[in-house]
Amino acid sequence: MTNESVGTKVRQKVKCVVWDLDNTVWEGVLLEDVNVSLREGIVDIIKALDSRGILQSIASKNEHKSAMDKLEAFGLAEYFIYPQINWNSKSSSLSAIAGSINIGIDTLAFVDDQPFEREEVNFVHPDVLCLDVTELPGLLDMPEMNPRFITEDSKNRRQMYMSDITRNNLEEQFVGTQEEFLASLNMKFTIAKVGEGDLQRAEELTVRTHQLNTTGYTYSYEELDALRQSDSHLLLVSELEDKYGSYGKIGLTLVEMNDNVWTIKLLLMSCRVMSRGVGSVMINHLMHLAKEAGATLRAEFVSTDKNRMMYVTYKFAGFKEIQEEGDYVLFENDLSSLQPLSPHVTLVVEP
Amino acid sequence: MNEAKDRIKAFLNRFFRKAELQDHDDIFALGYVNSLFAMQLVMFLEKEFGVRVDNKDLDMKNFSSINAICEFIERKAS
Repeated sequence: MTNESVGTKVRQKVKCVVWDLDNTVWEGVLLEDVNVSLREGIVDIIKALDSRGILQSIASKNEHKSAMDKLEAFGLAEYFIYPQINWNSKSSSLSAIAGSINIGIDTLAFVDDQPFEREEVNFVHPDVLCLDVTELPGLLDMPEMNPRFITEDSKNRRQMYMSDITRNNLEEQFVGTQEEFLASLNMKFTIAKVGEGDLQRAEELTVRTHQLNTTGYTYSYEELDALRQSDSHLLLVSELEDKYGSYGKIGLTLVEMNDNVWTIKLLLMSCRVMSRGVGSVMINHLMHLAKEAGATLRAEFVSTDKNRMMYVTYKFAGFKEIQEEGDYVLFENDLSSLQPLSPHVTLVVEP
Repeated sequence: MNEAKDRIKAFLNRFFRKAELQDHDDIFALGYVNSLFAMQLVMFLEKEFGVRVDNKDLDMKNFSSINAICEFIERKAS
């Protein structure tokens, strides 16, 4: 890839800012001076990013406990998820963070005062936005750091990820089958028509979601507003809750209804619920609705290198390819075998 | 192929509580097949048996029971 094409590439909005500590978050080197002081203005930046729903983490070469204790003393520890404080390369710390959060590496930004560290990261992960501390005064104004909307879900994002960490730890320690673990969560899946108040979150979901996205079609706020009021469309938002709290509004589905043919144009779920298997619950619900209405159910699909799981989900729900053209597939389901609802999930359908 | 069957059974037992899953039991009818399980099953078969599961192979018939999965793996491996 030439430099030119990198320069013109539309940059993803940043989902997580990864901070170095020594001479970045604080002035000085912790191992040499236990009385380091915070960089001027850093707390405001960290809090502002947090309130925009941008996650934050740490990639620092330090002793884990003393660095965490210092962050705790500054009242900042709670702002960082999956902090990587070790002696590994920063590029591997960034891989670990992206993997743990389950987001693309191209949605990370990395702030470090040392050119060597930025170059090392840039060499391994050319898609990470690397920033020097001298760029901090303008950081909050960068377009990459400004999501188009700040929704209830984005404001609570860090808290929701923190609950995920608790859940994942419990899942790792859980003795039993996966089915038993899912049953122990008391999941409640709510499906509702998209209301006016959901539109910002709906647009945010179409832009942010890649792995569990059947077509990748994006719709603007205005388009979604028209679609939710259209008689020939069904625009649904879904929410997941379990005994540890809400995952927020995590799914969006658009069905086009023409006479007796219903076509699922878009079906997406936040990657945070990937391990909960609720994509099938949504598809199952649509199969039941279509059958009741006496309609044929079809689904459009656009393959990417990330969304194979959704292809498998459609196929395992009994959809068959009736048209294929490059990456585009049109599925149809004859609705002859409706699978029973998963016994682990309570389904609530709001009128 | 009994050895392959045992590996498949061991894998399925991590998911399903029904202790004695019979070789011909329809796993779809049990209601536990969700998007997560489907993907994990496909990835398990690819890794464990070194086969590539193509989109056209993703027919429910190929995965509906322990027997069906074994037959599918035999076909792919031959």
